[in-house]
Amino acid sequence: MITVGIDVGSISAKAALVRDNQLVGSRVALTGYNARNAGEKVFKELLATLDIRTDAVDRIVATGYGRNSVDLADRAVTEITCHAAGAHFQDPAVRCVIDIGGQDSKAIALDENGRVVDFAMNDKCAAGTGRFLEVMARALEVDLDAFGKISLKADQPAAISSLCTVFAESEVISLIARGEPRDNIIAGIHDSIAGRVVAMAKRVGIVEPLMMTGGVARNIGVVKALEKKADCPVSVFAHAQENGAIGAALIAAKEKG
Amino acid sequence: MSDPEKPIDPEKEKRKIKSVKRMKAIMTDYYIDAKTAQQNNKKVAWITSGGPVEPLITMDVIPVYPENHGAMIGASKMGVDLCEKAETMGYASDLCSYARADIACATVDGGPIGGLPRPDMLICCNNICGTVLKWYEVQARYFKVPLFILDTPFIHTEYTQTVHDYVRAQLDEYITFLETHCGKPFDHDRMMEVGRLSIRGQELWQQVLDTTTNRPAPMSAFDAFFHLALIVTLRGTQTVVDYYTQLLDEMKTRVAEGIAAVLDERYRLLWDNLPVWYRTRWLSEKFAEHHACLVADTYTSSWCGTLKYLDEKDFLGSMAAGYARIYINIGTDQMADMVLDMVNKYGVDGLVMHSNRSCKPYSLGQYDIQRIVREKCGIPSLVIESDMTDARNFSESQIGTRIDAFMEIIQ
Repeated sequence: MITVGIDVGSISAKAALVRDNQLVGSRVALTGYNARNAGEKVFKELLATLDIRTDAVDRIVATGYGRNSVDLADRAVTEITCHAAGAHFQDPAVRCVIDIGGQDSKAIALDENGRVVDFAMNDKCAAGTGRFLEVMARALEVDLDAFGKISLKADQPAAISSLCTVFAESEVISLIARGEPRDNIIAGIHDSIAGRVVAMAKRVGIVEPLMMTGGVARNIGVVKALEKKADCPVSVFAHAQENGAIGAALIAAKEKG
Repeated sequence: MSDPEKPIDPEKEKRKIKSVKRMKAIMTDYYIDAKTAQQNNKKVAWITSGGPVEPLITMDVIPVYPENHGAMIGASKMGVDLCEKAETMGYASDLCSYARADIACATVDGGPIGGLPRPDMLICCNNICGTVLKWYEVQARYFKVPLFILDTPFIHTEYTQTVHDYVRAQLDEYITFLETHCGKPFDHDRMMEVGRLSIRGQELWQQVLDTTTNRPAPMSAFDAFFHLALIVTLRGTQTVVDYYTQLLDEMKTRVAEGIAAVLDERYRLLWDNLPVWYRTRWLSEKFAEHHACLVADTYTSSWCGTLKYLDEKDFLGSMAAGYARIYINIGTDQMADMVLDMVNKYGVDGLVMHSNRSCKPYSLGQYDIQRIVREKCGIPSLVIESDMTDARNFSESQIGTRIDAFMEIIQ
């Protein structure tokens, strides 16, 4: 049986294909202006790469902010449930997932079957999200993909106290003006995100093993900052960004099952 | 206006509450009376939603509620304009949206009914929050009218004799205030009768709310939000008793006939805090989509929550406890106990808490209550962040995702 999960997030669209409970492939593309098209586009691209025909797919589940606009999906499931399913698939021992995506961050508590027990999400604010990092990368004129590595070189992370993305950006600009080293500023930004997300995760309860998913998990600096704040190891697997889509594909398989 | 092209859904028609029409007529009459009070030589008092209205009814003063008006402003989606107007006047956007809407509305006679009638006096009871003190002081200065403040200390753990005596003494001062500004003596026999009707009205309201212990529930919290207006505004009158008698009969009939508020009710939820007035329909449809019915809430039950303290034979004396010990004037542990009682009484599967940016006293302690409920009943709960009147604090996709995910947990 072949199932596909499509996760249309605020910044990127992801698709993952699962065959007989094995991840066969996944793909990421920018969501752009048209969320409806983004889901279909990433789905078609994935199928083309894997050389699988559309009619060979048994079931499709959509997730993410654009989940209800993916016409070819059989059903929509929230990214909270999908991230839990994806994390459980990667490591059944995981009981807590921190997912940081483009416009929101979530902490999810799950049970031994991968079902969501409780969750918390950031409030109406971009601080502690991928978008926050994007804004900061622009202010610092650093490629976002380099953020993680640069921050590891910091000797003294700068203090970023503002919770508001716009004000935090002004703070960063002041730090640049004061001649604060770039690596320290970036490490400070990561600490600020980690502080906010860990405080939220404590509401649902941080239980080891802790896993991080979502696009921001690609940033080693944030992962390290989370480990420091949560005071426990944080695991990240290779397809952390596509975890929601993988979870959606697994849920589709279970439903078809 | 109904769309002639749109076919009437008989299933939907059946679920409509028929008493709504009568309720709307009563509220229209009430506002006409209030707006024409001056022509009819009647006095108008503005009063806070948790304030003791019975002495006003006894003195034939028409009580008017800026908070009820705030709800109407919210429901008519006029909150943002008025809040912005208040912010232009210099009030902070962190201030309660009812206060902002009311303060702004008074200067422009805006809102869905062209503003409230001018008050002759203001009655402010701080059992609901501290904001009302400054809000009513602002209005007292604006309208140049006398203000009476009834101070009800916060009941952290127990209701002591000292607290009782303190509040009870102020009720006598309240009566003196009314005698002075109405120019006539207070009729204590009439007060007894008003007190009796107030208790009867509250009992009936509780009975109406309790019809949702039936499965399926004949009404939802969204219906309660609407039908609440009478017990708030006209408590202590025969009108309230008659109306809730009618509504109770209709609910009993619905139970007997198996008419449900939510088609194919599968999940029962408890709502905490004020409604999101400008999004009640959206929220009600969102929950109904998941076959979930909000069978009870901590908000509408506040207007009958202190019945156990009220005594028909000594209404004035028992009013002290009745008004000081309301839901949001007590400690978090006591609030949690009341939530737990409701979870059991109405057999709910989950708790939905509205963290209301405007109502800090109501929203403070929600995370603790959430934890207590999780520990003691093991039911899941959800916190959604919004505001009762200021729609700028509502983000549809964020709240939608939270509700969908919460329902996926419950299912």
